[in-house]
Amino acid sequence: MVLGIFISFVLFIVGLSFYLGRQTKTSSGYYAAGGQIHWFVNGIAFAGDYLSAASFLGICGMIATTGYDGFLYSIGFLAGWVVALFVIAEPLRRMGRFTFADAVDAPFQSRGIQLMAAISTLVVSLCYLIPQMVGAGVLVEPLLGLEHRWGVLMVGSIVIIIVATAGMASTTYVQFLKGGLLIIFSFILVWSVCARGLSTNPPGGDGGAFYQHRTIPCGNSLPLVPTQNGLRVLEETISKAGRFALVEEVSDQTAKRTWWRVDAGDAGTRLVEGECLVHTAGGNNLINGLPESGTNKLRQVGSIAKLKGETEASTGPLSPVGILAALGHKDTTVRTWKEAKFEAANGDKVTVYHPVETPGARLLRPGLKFKLEGTILERLDFASLMLALFLGTAALPHILIRYYTVPSPASARKSTLVAIGSIGLFYVLTLFMGLGAMTNGVLNPADSNMAAPLLAKSFGLLLFSLISAIAFATVLGTVSGLIVAASGAVAHDLADRFLNLQLPEKSKITLGKAAALVIGAIGIALGILFKGMNVSFLVGLAFAVAASANLPAIVMILFWKRTTAAGVIASIALGMVSALGLILLSPDLYKLYGLDPLKAPVALSNPGIISIPLGFLTLVVVSLLTERGVRHEHNG
Amino acid sequence: MLHDPQVETGKDPAAGYKSRLGMRLFCIYSTFYVLFVVINLAQPSVMETEVVAGLNLAVVYGMALIVSALVLALWYDRACRREEVRLNQNNQVER
Repeated sequence: MVLGIFISFVLFIVGLSFYLGRQTKTSSGYYAAGGQIHWFVNGIAFAGDYLSAASFLGICGMIATTGYDGFLYSIGFLAGWVVALFVIAEPLRRMGRFTFADAVDAPFQSRGIQLMAAISTLVVSLCYLIPQMVGAGVLVEPLLGLEHRWGVLMVGSIVIIIVATAGMASTTYVQFLKGGLLIIFSFILVWSVCARGLSTNPPGGDGGAFYQHRTIPCGNSLPLVPTQNGLRVLEETISKAGRFALVEEVSDQTAKRTWWRVDAGDAGTRLVEGECLVHTAGGNNLINGLPESGTNKLRQVGSIAKLKGETEASTGPLSPVGILAALGHKDTTVRTWKEAKFEAANGDKVTVYHPVETPGARLLRPGLKFKLEGTILERLDFASLMLALFLGTAALPHILIRYYTVPSPASARKSTLVAIGSIGLFYVLTLFMGLGAMTNGVLNPADSNMAAPLLAKSFGLLLFSLISAIAFATVLGTVSGLIVAASGAVAHDLADRFLNLQLPEKSKITLGKAAALVIGAIGIALGILFKGMNVSFLVGLAFAVAASANLPAIVMILFWKRTTAAGVIASIALGMVSALGLILLSPDLYKLYGLDPLKAPVALSNPGIISIPLGFLTLVVVSLLTERGVRHEHNG
Repeated sequence: MLHDPQVETGKDPAAGYKSRLGMRLFCIYSTFYVLFVVINLAQPSVMETEVVAGLNLAVVYGMALIVSALVLALWYDRACRREEVRLNQNNQVER
């Protein structure tokens, strides 16, 4: 059933693309759907374009593992639309033609701006493509049983077909369809979560009973002696992540060895069972002490330890407010899961996913992921992220080009209004989907990105199939928009305008399609390379690059008469280079390179707080230095 | 090379009004958003304070940021439409 629904959905989308492709004859049709999309369709398509893998997979996953900190992304992503509506929408629609470069170049007719804006569009689109491709791989793994890289390849190929057949027209209708379905089915999922209510014994995933991980007291003397028969501590290690013990468990004449966390407190020493993945020196993978196989996988986790002080309790159906109030109650605690990596004495590489009992009140306020009570730098990192999320939306090229698909500035405004309504509703739902995944025993401890689809699976295969197909369409819709934006940058901004190749209409479309193919291929390669990173985090970085490179140019052209072409070129270049440079030298990327994150030259993970003001400052200084009587006409 | 919007939009007499109103609403919302970030940076534990129906300040403020974006957007659209209609009627009378 899962496969049937999934394949039907994909075939329908590809069929729609071929149908619309037959009607695309001009470059205006290819890049901007002829500027004739109805504002309501465009508004929902905005939602379809914007609610990417980061929103559906990444945010729900982050809320499921870190609580309210994941919801901060929802707040920031939505707040960005306020900038788009109040500051950018209508003036941008009046200035542009097909692309972001058209808009910023409109007052100047400068080849330098055309070049720089095209490069910026390509860079931002590629940065945004990476998390979408990572999300695609994550989805296809449990859905079709394919490896991550095949999932990425599949999405890339389908999207290239969609974009290469009809460009913006098919992209718009795919996004409209996906945006509408995503909101409807997220609503159904949240309704199901509320109807189930909260319990200390959740149903768990994969149809099996939920496994309650054990906590076993043991004496304070060394070596540790567990009080449960059949358990024996063989080895202890202390790593940066904490104290862990290798425990041998004998039952039914079989013995298995797993790593447990050691908690030493006032109440004595305890062994806390987790999920254990060992990569042996011989090259084998052991999961919970036995060889990895189709049936021996990491167990699904996430549950309430105490519900309003009770260790055995169920609420029955609750309202959305009831869910939040019960979870945030001062006597509610939830088992959240942490990862610890270390090397055992025999050279085995060990990863232990272990539960930590976290007060519900602490989960429902910021601070678990972002160190708000940490150092100044850690606090700055949080401020930097919130700034980038707020300012990034209005600078994303694939969002900006959607303003050219409607017939008038008023339609641009109205479609943004529809987008805010639909996107806002979805982001409210993410909090309940994330918390639902956190407490219903459905989380994969090794990968938070699948939280929402796995939550759906706990309500039955039909909902899982539909949600997974929609999540896949989510990736398709956003990737299509990104590739249209990037192919427009190559074929329209670079070839047609910067190089002035004077191509006939048909050749312009062919070049756009060829560019879509190449950019899609690059996106596939990067998606495979960045496997395993949280998609919301990656999108946050793309927002920072967009806000640093593009926003100063857009805003200052609209509101500062002394802006010059040289100022715009310099701000795009410096904003983009500084944001990218700071990201590449950040602790999180050092982790990806396999280096010690503490040795990263830049302490901030989010560059926006430095690179965005730098972009504005550069534009002002260079414009003042180069103005000499140069003025541009405002289109306001 | 021609470089016009692909659909001619004509002159918009309400553009100045919409731009000023947009900036004002942007400032109001930005203040609300910045305050949220500042509270989190300065006193994150305040966000645990119960405000209404068992919900804490973090949840109420976060939801308010989402809902207020929609409310301000609706207000802005209504004001813009009213001004567009008024100025178009004035233009027709003058002609």
